[in-house]
Amino acid sequence: MTPASEALNTARPARRKPSLALRIGVAVTLVVALAATAALFSAWRYGWQAANEAFDRLLTGASLQIVERIGVVDDSIVVDIPASAFELLALAREDRVFYRVIGPDGTTLTGYDDLPALEVPEDGGTEIYETQYSGETVRAAVTGRQLVERNVSGLVTVVVAHTMRERTVLAHDIATKAAILVGAASLAIIALALAGVLYGLSPLTRVERALLSRDPNDLSPFEIETPREIETVVDAINRFTRRLDRRIGSVQAFVADAAHQLRTPITAIRAQAEIAAEEKDPERLARLNKRILDRAIGVSRLADQLLSHAMVTHRADAEPRELLDLRRIAMEAEEESQRLGDADLPPPKLDLPDEEVLIAGDRFSLREAVKNLINNAQTHGKAPVSINVRMLDGFARVSVSDFGRGIPADRRDQAGERFRGGGASRTGAGLGLAIVAEVAQSHGGKLEFADLPGGAFEAAIILPTKADQ
Amino acid sequence: MMRFVVPVLACLMPCVCAAEDYSFPAIADEGSRLVIGSTTDIGVIRTVIDAFQVLNPGIAITYREETTQQLFVEAGEACAGNRRADDLIISSAMDLQVKLVNDGCASEIAATALTALPDHARWRDELFGLTYEPAVIVYNRKLIAPSEAPLDHIALADLLRQPDRFHGKIGTYDIEQSGVGYLFATFDAAQSSTWGRLIEGMGRNAVQLFCCTSDVLDRVADGRLAIGYNVLGSYALTEAERYPDMAIVVPSDYALVLSRAAFIPVGASNSGDALKFLEFTQSPQGRAVLDRDARLFSPVNGAEQLLDVAGMAENAHQSLRPIPLGTSLLVGLDAMKRRQFLKLWRDSLATGRD
Repeated sequence: MTPASEALNTARPARRKPSLALRIGVAVTLVVALAATAALFSAWRYGWQAANEAFDRLLTGASLQIVERIGVVDDSIVVDIPASAFELLALAREDRVFYRVIGPDGTTLTGYDDLPALEVPEDGGTEIYETQYSGETVRAAVTGRQLVERNVSGLVTVVVAHTMRERTVLAHDIATKAAILVGAASLAIIALALAGVLYGLSPLTRVERALLSRDPNDLSPFEIETPREIETVVDAINRFTRRLDRRIGSVQAFVADAAHQLRTPITAIRAQAEIAAEEKDPERLARLNKRILDRAIGVSRLADQLLSHAMVTHRADAEPRELLDLRRIAMEAEEESQRLGDADLPPPKLDLPDEEVLIAGDRFSLREAVKNLINNAQTHGKAPVSINVRMLDGFARVSVSDFGRGIPADRRDQAGERFRGGGASRTGAGLGLAIVAEVAQSHGGKLEFADLPGGAFEAAIILPTKADQ
Repeated sequence: MMRFVVPVLACLMPCVCAAEDYSFPAIADEGSRLVIGSTTDIGVIRTVIDAFQVLNPGIAITYREETTQQLFVEAGEACAGNRRADDLIISSAMDLQVKLVNDGCASEIAATALTALPDHARWRDELFGLTYEPAVIVYNRKLIAPSEAPLDHIALADLLRQPDRFHGKIGTYDIEQSGVGYLFATFDAAQSSTWGRLIEGMGRNAVQLFCCTSDVLDRVADGRLAIGYNVLGSYALTEAERYPDMAIVVPSDYALVLSRAAFIPVGASNSGDALKFLEFTQSPQGRAVLDRDARLFSPVNGAEQLLDVAGMAENAHQSLRPIPLGTSLLVGLDAMKRRQFLKLWRDSLATGRD
């Protein structure tokens, strides 16, 4: 299996993950369906309302026409029902019609005498109501006329009713048309929304293709046009590849450094050992022996530092940060350098504040860095060496100072680079400051040198405090 | 239950249209019996029943001929559950039929043959107009020269102004007795303002009033009457073939057209055969019988048939006014309305007599 096909396999897992387009589609459909249901409900209500309004006018009109033709002839009430009233009601062609005219004494003057009648409204208007009659629900209008004649007075009530077949048909017709319209609109909205979703998601497909078509050995950042929503995703991928690239780079650099740095002194040791094998003069032999020993110590130290550097570089990328007190780091570094270092040298002086100096970082790396500074001061500088921890201008700093010459001002800029600071020496100090500089950088800080008043030289790691991160 | 005029008086009057049952046994073995309550003369409907039985030999028919009022009263009682319902009710009193259907006495029918009927001949899929019969003027050719023939209502009113010529020589429905006459009169009154003048003219000439179309036709045929007004075209066309002296005028200003209305009562025990009969009347065979033998015509193509048979001009059918089935017919049945209308009618007749 080629690496490329492996990459393809990991990019397309066996189980199908939920699709964005599907989720949006389902959400849109649900929302539209909800809205459509609401619209249908109102269409239904609107249909009934419109049908009732239309047909109630017929009822009202007919009852008013009848009311107008109520008169008194020879002291008796006469209702001359106009043909137009019934022609008006006949507009509801399929409906049966009922009416009733009731005199002031409650007797039915004409019409259906068992048609249920409500009281005429107080304001003399028309009231519409539904009731049961002749085996059906009928809608009725009741209105009245106050007669004020010499011998006849009182309220004459007129009730006009019809069955609801035509208005039901009209209501259903309106509602059905509205429903068809709502349905068509909903389908159109869903279709358009899905098209929109697919169009909106098309950059994702582009990103997917770019990811898939990439050579797995290519660790350069992606340079494709990405929509803002997934910019962070692509950024994360780019950050990841950058880190991978850096890791691979540092591993390669370490191998190269180690090979180069170790080969020369080992060759030298071997050459001197060969000379020593030939040498008979005990005095010279002793000198050669001493030289071989020095070289061996140097190589051992160099190997230590190379491994330490590799470790620090690795941890800078891999180890999670923890909350640390910089004073504790300084104390631990001092203790360790005491334990491992030359017993003849005077111990460094610790200068710590009373308050905690909190930073977020990797305990091991920072300790190594401080140890390296102590080691440098003891090796290259002059006693007394002191370790100082404090807060300054919002930054946490740990510095090591001595009374040696320090690093010449023109070489301080390059002091953090590998095998440059202070020059590679036989004791293998070339990596020390490089480690310190890298630790400082990986913690978001820096390495600084300063000449202090009174002839002291100071190397300081300046770190952002916990609050800044 | 309701206050509508039911002149029982009509049954007591000496009248040709007396109630009688006619039985038509099934041609083949009797499978079922169809009971039809109707107002149509047996002589007119017989050919239709015969033709129906030829197609349906297993159906025996009882044909109950009644007056319009009697039929209405009986159908109303059957509707209230107090009497056995007929299977089919056919009546020329369209208004009374509408009233019965309005009161919920009819059952709904879904029949394809009946959907061909025009709107004015259908109501609620319950009531159907089966015939197409114009209200016409008949006159005796010996008494009135064709050149003088009253071709419309105004011409008739003008003709009646001639003093004494038509005294006692004009006949029409007694609208207090005849449902059809009353129906025609109410529509006449609504159609034109000449109606008042016409009634006054009739009153002036001592109009004779009859319960039934056939009475008027008989008298015009033998010269006892010169003019018959608002008689049913169906009967007149049949009679005119027998009596050459009788001439028919379909008024050219407007001619009311009546449709015998039929419905199947809610309590009908044999509604299946009733529906078959209804469908038969509007089928091509049934329409042929209505057109040719009975001159009743059908609302489906009645106008064309009528123009053809009566020899009218092509554009004359614009003046044909079919009376539409529907609730607007109810207004004439209102008790108060009817009293007032009859009073108006009597007053107009009296004004003429004075």
